[in-house]
Parts: sequence; structure tokens; C-alpha cells
Amino acid sequence: MDTSIWRPILYLIGFMAFAGLNAAYLGWCERKGAGRIQRRTGPMEVGFQGLLQPLADGLKLMSKQLLVPTGVDGILFRVAPILAMIPALTSFAVIPFAGNIQARSVELSVLLLFALASIAMMAILLGGWASGNKYAVISAARSVSQNLAYEIPMLVTVITVVMITGSMNLQDIAVHQQGGFWHWNIFALNKSILMPISFIIFFICSIAETNRAPFDMAEAESELVAGFMTEYGSMGFGLFMMGEYLNMVVGACLVTILFLGGWDCPFGLFPGVWWFLLKIYILLFTVIWVRWTFPRTQIYKLLNLSWKILIPFSLVNLLVTAAFIKIF
Amino acid sequence: MSEYWNDVIGGSKSLLIGLSITAREFFKPVVTEQYPWVVPEMTERFRGHIELIKDEKTGKPKCIVCGMCMRGCPSGCISLAGKKPEGEKKKALTKYHLDFTTCSLCGTCIESCNFGAIQFSKDYNLASTRKEDYIFDLLKRLEEQG
Repeated sequence: MDTSIWRPILYLIGFMAFAGLNAAYLGWCERKGAGRIQRRTGPMEVGFQGLLQPLADGLKLMSKQLLVPTGVDGILFRVAPILAMIPALTSFAVIPFAGNIQARSVELSVLLLFALASIAMMAILLGGWASGNKYAVISAARSVSQNLAYEIPMLVTVITVVMITGSMNLQDIAVHQQGGFWHWNIFALNKSILMPISFIIFFICSIAETNRAPFDMAEAESELVAGFMTEYGSMGFGLFMMGEYLNMVVGACLVTILFLGGWDCPFGLFPGVWWFLLKIYILLFTVIWVRWTFPRTQIYKLLNLSWKILIPFSLVNLLVTAAFIKIF
Repeated sequence: MSEYWNDVIGGSKSLLIGLSITAREFFKPVVTEQYPWVVPEMTERFRGHIELIKDEKTGKPKCIVCGMCMRGCPSGCISLAGKKPEGEKKKALTKYHLDFTTCSLCGTCIESCNFGAIQFSKDYNLASTRKEDYIFDLLKRLEEQG
């Protein structure tokens, strides 16, 4: 591995730019997408087709005062938005965008990513707790029970993938699926006939982990104002929003690497990083599409979905995969 | 147990139906009108405040100053005046004020006019912060329209 000082610097700048652009412009895509689905136009005023809207929003948020209300835990209140943003940014260090575009090929990168995702949950818990606001505390409690419930099927599904590929390194998992779409884990029917279902389970869980609608129990506008973000204004709120979008990107990257073959091109055409980008943006569009299609359900129905459907299915898939590996 | 499977399969099916509906809506044309940039045309029966109609032959208002609209108005928001110019047979309109603050757009003035001299306008950009702005000089408005 190249140990030149330029390598980390280049990656830092590259990933920061990628993450920043995504965090800003996914907000724009979301508003445009929501608009189209509801037959509106979305932002149109700032720049061509509202393309400068994220910039204007960012400037507006930065020009506002970060208000710390009386009765809050000052340190935790300030730390929480940073905690929401940093793990998502750090995750990019181990994500392989293509065979040679990766900051560090860590052996246990899958484990690292899930550890970082759990810190993002801590941010919501701390933000809600430190706000000293009853809505925020309820929201934090809900968010924890929800994330806990959805992490189990997610991890069980990951175990199936790790069993198939025999590695916890994202690079190895992606390399293992090279050579056309029939090698992708989602279609690896010779490893387990339930792989497409486990792809769907993983995708549902990755939406739930980012606390987005229809799983946005943490910021239920109708009953909890804005949940854990109620007391946040200015860039504190901005960081939470950016963290949410970055977590979406990380989730889409994970789904792509674990199930859709990473940067592998379906028919061996034009190999390169753009296949990876194409796949994550299709997944991100689906996430936005899902958000503007389904209404939020009650919290207990949400937990029912996880404990009664997703967890049994993922466990069955784990057993089937183990049996297939043993037999064939 | 069969209830559970019905729940899983039926639920997934209904989720897919929901997604297909929004996907179809996504590709339909948008219905938003970019209002300040694109001014929509008002429908035929839209009731704006009243306006005078010009006589195409003479270029003057059709109004003959009979005062029926003023008498017919239930809120008394029309005030008009006219005088006979030298050497003419008919009266000519010299003043036609509409107090839009009390007008309820009932249309009695238009119904009571036997000469078809007034109609509802299509004017709806009427925002103002001053009460005086809503006392319209309709004669001046007609002249400005040219």
C-alpha cells in the first residue's frame, strides 16, 4: 500500500467534497422528487431549476445564531449534532468505490461501519436527552427502541453475506461478486434461495436505521413537533439534516457492496466507478420514492414488522444459507 | 399461521401498489403555475370588481348616467355623476367611483344596467396596505386602458 502523505490528503479532500455535495444536493433531489410525485415543481426560484437552493439554505442556516435554551445540558447539546455528522463522514474511509478507489482497506470494515452507525443513534439519543424537552426525550426513546429492533435483522443478514463470501472486508466482498450480475449476492441463488428476500430485508432496515419516513418515529411532526431536533436551530439543525442524508448515502453504499456487486457492471460493459455511483443513486432515489409514498405507522406496528416478520425471515435465511454451504 | 402469511403477502402487495401509484404520478406533467412569472388567465365567469365598457364607435363609455346601478347597489358603493356637454343630447359620464371596501360582488349593478355598460373585470392583483387604494376611479381606469 502506498504510504505517501498525499494519499490521505487527497482522499480526505475527495471524500469531504463527495460527502458535502451529496448532503447538500440530496436535499434538493428530495424536494424535487417530492414535488414531482405530488405534481408540483419543487424549488424553482434560486438559480436554474432551483439548483442554488441548497447553497442559499446553507448560508441562511449559517447566518443564524446557535441558540442554547436555558435548562439544557450545554455540552451534550452542542456535541450531539457533531456526533450525527462525524460517524457518517468517517464511514467513507472504508467504503470501496471501485477496485482502486478506497481510502483504507480495513479487514473488519463491515464491523466498523455498523459500529459507526450505532454512534449516529447515540447522537439522536444525546440530542433528545440534552434538550430537556419532553417531545425530544420521547423521540429519543422511540428512536432507540426502533434502531435496536432494526439492527438485529440487519446484522443477521450481514452474517449471511459474510458466510457466503468468507470475509468481513468490504473490498473482498465486492471483489467476490465480480463478473456479471449473476454473481451478485442478490442473485446468488446457488448459495441460498432466499437471497432476494434478504436484500429487501437489508434495504428496509437501512431505511429504518436512517430514521426516514415511513420509519421516522423519532421526528414525527404530527405528535412530536420535530422530535429530537425540536430545540435545534441554525447549523445544529443543519448538521442533523446533513447527517441524515450522509447516512442515507452510506446505507446505499452498503447495500450496493453487499448485494449489488459494488462497482461490477452487469454485462461487463464500461467497467468503472460510475456503475457504483449509478447503483447508489438508484437506491437513493428509491429511498426518496418510498418516503413520499408511504405514511408513517404507529410505533408498535413498526416494531411488529421488525420482530415478527424481518427477524424470523432473516434467521430462516441464515439457516438456509448455512445448509446450502454445508451441502454444496 | 395462515393469517400471518396473508398479512405478509397481502401487505407486500399493497406496498407495491402504493409505489406504482407514486411512480405513475412522478411522470405526469406538473400542475403548478409559476404565478408571478406566468400569469394565469381567469375563467370566463370570474367576478372581479366591476369595470366600464367602452363604446367601440365613439370611444367613450357606453354609460348614459341613468344611475340605476347606483340605486340598485345594496351597499351603496357606486357613486357617479355626469353632465350634458354643450350642443349634445345625451349626458356624458364625468365621474364613476367604486368603493370596493364595501362591495360584495353581488352583481346587482350589472343586472340593473339596461345598456350593458358595466361588467365584471378579470382583475385580481389587488393587494394593498391602504384603504384608500380600494376606491377605484373606473372612468380613469377605462381611459388608461386606452
